[in-house]
Amino acid sequence: MTVAIDRATGERRGDRAPRPGLGRRLKQSYHKHWYAYAMIAPVAIVLGALVVYPLVYGFYLTLTDANSLNTARTIGVNHIDATYQFVGLDNYKDILFGETAYDRFWSHFLWTIAWTVLCVGLHYTLGLGLALLLNQKFRGRTFYRMILVLPWAVPTFVTVFGWRFMLADGGAINAALDWLGLPTPAWLEDTFWQRFAAIMVNTWCGVPFMMLSLLGGLQAIDTSLYEAAEMDGATAWQRFRYVTLPGLRSVSSTVVLLGVIWTFNQFAIIFLLFGKTAPDAQILVTWAYFLGFGQQPRDFAQSAAYGILLLAILIVFTSFYRRWLNRNDQQLAI
Amino acid sequence: MSTTTVETPAAQAPEATPRRRTRRRGERGPLATVASHALLTVASLIALFPVAWLFFLSLGPDKDDYLHPGQIWHKMTFDNYAFVLQHTDFFDWLKSSLIITLGTTAIGVILAATSGYAVSRMCFPGYRKFMWVLLVTQMFPVAVLIVPMYQILSDLGLIDTYIGLILVYCTTVVPYSAWLLKGYFDTIPFEIDEAGRVDGLTPFGTFVRLILPLARPGLAVAAFYNFLTAFGEVAFASTFMLSSDKYTFAVGLQSFISEHDAQRNLMAATAVLVAIPVSAFFYLVQKNLVTGLTAGGTKG
Repeated sequence: MTVAIDRATGERRGDRAPRPGLGRRLKQSYHKHWYAYAMIAPVAIVLGALVVYPLVYGFYLTLTDANSLNTARTIGVNHIDATYQFVGLDNYKDILFGETAYDRFWSHFLWTIAWTVLCVGLHYTLGLGLALLLNQKFRGRTFYRMILVLPWAVPTFVTVFGWRFMLADGGAINAALDWLGLPTPAWLEDTFWQRFAAIMVNTWCGVPFMMLSLLGGLQAIDTSLYEAAEMDGATAWQRFRYVTLPGLRSVSSTVVLLGVIWTFNQFAIIFLLFGKTAPDAQILVTWAYFLGFGQQPRDFAQSAAYGILLLAILIVFTSFYRRWLNRNDQQLAI
Repeated sequence: MSTTTVETPAAQAPEATPRRRTRRRGERGPLATVASHALLTVASLIALFPVAWLFFLSLGPDKDDYLHPGQIWHKMTFDNYAFVLQHTDFFDWLKSSLIITLGTTAIGVILAATSGYAVSRMCFPGYRKFMWVLLVTQMFPVAVLIVPMYQILSDLGLIDTYIGLILVYCTTVVPYSAWLLKGYFDTIPFEIDEAGRVDGLTPFGTFVRLILPLARPGLAVAAFYNFLTAFGEVAFASTFMLSSDKYTFAVGLQSFISEHDAQRNLMAATAVLVAIPVSAFFYLVQKNLVTGLTAGGTKG
């Protein structure tokens, strides 16, 4: 009989006696696990067809000079065959070291790094501050919590338009600044202020998730630890530093990683806030989208190459992050 | 609790010492309370303002009213809402949004449940790798996949169809929900599976008849996650949906600005109409959503 549940009996894969031959092992493994494979097959097929194959295909595209003028397409009844050519690593060379590489890649790269660091930093500190405030006992904290998660509750594509109205020339924010006698920057035109506005909007959107996750983490900390610390005469700061922060560590390491990945790939906010009007405020994701779909002719090869570079950056970051956590004796879920 | 409740001396000699009550744990001085209320109020106002402002602007009848919000007070009207409901593609967008989000939710939960169960209960060779693949797919930037996906979908004739977009969304929601459901299935005792097997159920029967009913809360969280993700997605929807009657709300809203570049009052009204039901839905589930999200992330 096929006993699929072997974790319950504590049996491990390594526990087996001398390994039989490869053929028999495959057969055995099939007999033992066909059911598990049958259950993951649908996911494996969908992911394979729509993620792995596109990834491989996308990688192949980066080695060609494909754009919307030379790929296969059908106009009316005429079918035009693809005429793009294999160019090796030229796209990567061009993106990273080409003539205008700084304007096309490195400036966006630096801005993306700054964007990710600033946004995740702001999300985390503001989220932690609000979580600490909400973790106290006082009347009305449920009410505050309900209002504070509002930016997460309303879909991003709705709230970003609200911000766009407010940031427009003569919109609410500039009117208020003017009334206070402060300078009124051109939020949606000037590069620096565009970046400022993008970070502001993303911070506004992202804090609730951090706040709720950290609040969950705070509530899971054993209160007797605080009592013990207080008995030992720890000040409020010391209790925060030596009880709260270590207690939040596992939640923090997960949400920070998720935050970095999400912010790095944050497409909707910049795309909806500026559209195609702000080439300098585009992070790498939106810039790659612009190359592939926002201009004519559409440059598929370069767009895909940016995508592969982005993925490479994220994978490198994640593995370093994991190693760093492991060195500090922490396990991440991955 | 008993650490700092030293009230007895003060109570015994009230006239000697001016009533100095020692604070209990978790209690703060009035100053600290005022300060936290003030901070939270400011934060709440910041959180509330953009949404409230959008609602306020949606009441102004003229397309440039957002520049003179003061005038809206005198001519507030719900005309924008009436116009949006009667003369725009609102209901087409609603239909396609619903088809796509509900389709993604249903298919996504089914796929995620089977694979989550397989990963949770069966130590098949390669299951760690499978989990890792699920996690890495969440890292994929839109830009890697969107070009090849576009090519593949157009080869298959699925551009501008509901099923095409549903499949694309499934690739983004399934990995996460499978991860989440695996965490939930892990909390259901293995003995239940064994009991079912002893009573002669097939593995699939155990899953459908015993585990799925028990995992209902977890399934609900996964479904909500799928729903909210599919509803708010922008990049794929604006690339793969070409005809305006198949736009989802995320794309439809943009068309107010890019086509006419003026009808901001209508856009605000549509935005509010979209936001109300979704936010209500969100509030119903938000607590479960957060526990689900972090539990799936930390337990592994």
